[in-house]
Amino acid sequence: MPFALETAPHPETLKRVAIEPVSRVEGHGKVTLLLDDNNHVQQVRLHITEFRGFEKFIEGRPYWEVPVMVQRLCGICPVSHHLAASKAMDMIVGATLTPTAEKIRRLMHYGQMLQSHALHFFHLSSPDLLFGFDSPVAQRNIVGVIAAHPEIAKKGVFLRKYGQEIIRMTAGKRVHGTGSLPGGVNKSLTAEERATLQKDIYQMIAWSRDAVQLIKGLFAQNLDYYNSFGRFSAHSMGLVRADGAMDLYHGGLRARRADGSTLFDHFDYSRYWDVIAEDVKSWSYMKFPYLCPIGSSDTGWYRVGPLTRVTQCDFIPTPLADKERDEFMAFDNGSATGATLGYHWARMIEMLHAAEVIKDLLHDDDICGKDLMATGQRQERGVGVIEAPRGTLIHHYRVDENDQIVRANLIVSTTHNNQAMNEAIRVVAKQYLDGRELTEGLLNHIEVAIRCFDPCLSCATHALGKMPLEIELIDADGMTLDLLTRDAHGHCQRL
Amino acid sequence: MSTAAVAAPPRKLRVATTSLAGCFGCHMSFLDIDERLLDLLEFVEFDRSPITDIKHCGPCDIGIIEGGVCNAENVHVLREFRANCKILIAMGACSVNGGLPAQRNNLDLRDILVAVYVTETGLARGTQIPNDPELPLPLNQVHPIHEIVTVDYFLPGCPPSGDAIWKFLTDLLAGHTPHLGHGLIHYD
Ligand code: SF4
Repeated sequence: MPFALETAPHPETLKRVAIEPVSRVEGHGKVTLLLDDNNHVQQVRLHITEFRGFEKFIEGRPYWEVPVMVQRLCGICPVSHHLAASKAMDMIVGATLTPTAEKIRRLMHYGQMLQSHALHFFHLSSPDLLFGFDSPVAQRNIVGVIAAHPEIAKKGVFLRKYGQEIIRMTAGKRVHGTGSLPGGVNKSLTAEERATLQKDIYQMIAWSRDAVQLIKGLFAQNLDYYNSFGRFSAHSMGLVRADGAMDLYHGGLRARRADGSTLFDHFDYSRYWDVIAEDVKSWSYMKFPYLCPIGSSDTGWYRVGPLTRVTQCDFIPTPLADKERDEFMAFDNGSATGATLGYHWARMIEMLHAAEVIKDLLHDDDICGKDLMATGQRQERGVGVIEAPRGTLIHHYRVDENDQIVRANLIVSTTHNNQAMNEAIRVVAKQYLDGRELTEGLLNHIEVAIRCFDPCLSCATHALGKMPLEIELIDADGMTLDLLTRDAHGHCQRL
Repeated sequence: MSTAAVAAPPRKLRVATTSLAGCFGCHMSFLDIDERLLDLLEFVEFDRSPITDIKHCGPCDIGIIEGGVCNAENVHVLREFRANCKILIAMGACSVNGGLPAQRNNLDLRDILVAVYVTETGLARGTQIPNDPELPLPLNQVHPIHEIVTVDYFLPGCPPSGDAIWKFLTDLLAGHTPHLGHGLIHYD
């Protein structure tokens, strides 16, 4: 049994407690705990519970539809899928982007980083941090934050709004826009749009700095607790720029072992399959990726996202965020860099970085340029990788001579963190739940650990079990619509 | 329409929201009402929703459903909403007609599962289709919610814009039939 608490030897004798659905995260997941008679935790699992099959039903679609279609995987960070698919399709059409196209895409991406990080920190996670992990359910949400700390909540609402407005102006719509195309973009900013965004950007930078101070203060006030909560060590992976700087739009893959040594660096992501493979476990629809140079899913699992990016890069190429990074790295002898709650701090440093990048882009005349599209030598295969708000996002397509997709493979950010999230909740279960009478507040500790990763569980792909089962779907008038049976051998039949 | 036109009700209306087989984009669009969220909270309170930790829908005035129905658990949650909510709203294309997830309806479910979990390249040796009682059984087809429960209002769009959601809710709160009109109704 590779992982402690993954599988109890005799589950049938144990008591089951479920957290269903996991709330204040995006997507569909649940946690199950198995406990013995003395409430000692024997098994803890995060299950992803929905099936999509996206990779399969985009087969046969024309390649130019894909950047728009794949966004519907995830409405929280549709821009990530829009851009990762576009980058893959840039390879398919053989294009090198014009300066305007690349900068508009970067503006869209950093706008999305800003809105997604603001949403996650203020709307979803701040109630835990401001009120306490076991504060009353009625208060523990954004409505409670608006009531108790209106000035904090409002900053969150306006930061998110600003990021969403950037997306609207670059992509055409706040959610599921159409701005990016294979080989470029279909619009740049007008002078008025640029002026509107310029007007507020300094306020956004100031509020992002406040957010970093807020989480930093929480760490300082609760040093031991924040450092130890759900703590585990892991390998890590993410993109970095050629000079080692943080770059969320493009770069090579860097991976470090848990001890900090380098596993690979500036690895060309268009051959990602040489370093990443995926495993499947019976109890989750989300796969378990691992670094194959290290070994199997038991030994090669890793962590992605803000904590990895901030600690793995050599520096952040904007001054305010880089200074915050230095403080983060030095804080309490570097202990925050391995803390699960350190994700929040790193995320706010990235939000500040995103605001600074946006400011620089808004002062670059190329964003109002007219040269939007490029073409080149048509290719058969395209791989697009970006750092999405939650971590490395990989899109991979093969396109035939009829311009139809013949193969697609996606490894979404949250999937990379699958084992890491399971690890975190097992540590938390041991730390806080073991042997105690479980209360709602204690169970929320598990969710607090999951929220650190800002998982987007709606992106994951999934499957079908083997228990004999029959499902009947009856419409509003009592008519049977759909009847699905599955026998003990796992054969499904639609009647 | 401004909230000033809406007289404050004697008690707040209770609203529950959930995402079934959706991408959360409709919920994001709901949050795209931006600072009007603060105004809305003068009139409504939230029951089960992805933004609260209430896990089951209790008695509510308004239920808002994002996403269609793709598995047994979706059916269960949808029925719980219908049983508890006086008004049930299908928000967004997935909920109204199945949306993009319903693209899998012309494929064989088992084939997709085998392709994703067993025959895909880049997988570890010997992987199987996940198989556990904790995983809800997927339905062969993705269904729009009106095929399973009675729906009171349909709000189209993928997603409907924040402005459309705002107009819809403020009309409803003011006690008249929501009327979106030109510019707010769209299907993309
Ligand atoms: S209608 Fe569109 S935005 Fe809403 S859940 Fe479906 S795909 Fe997402």
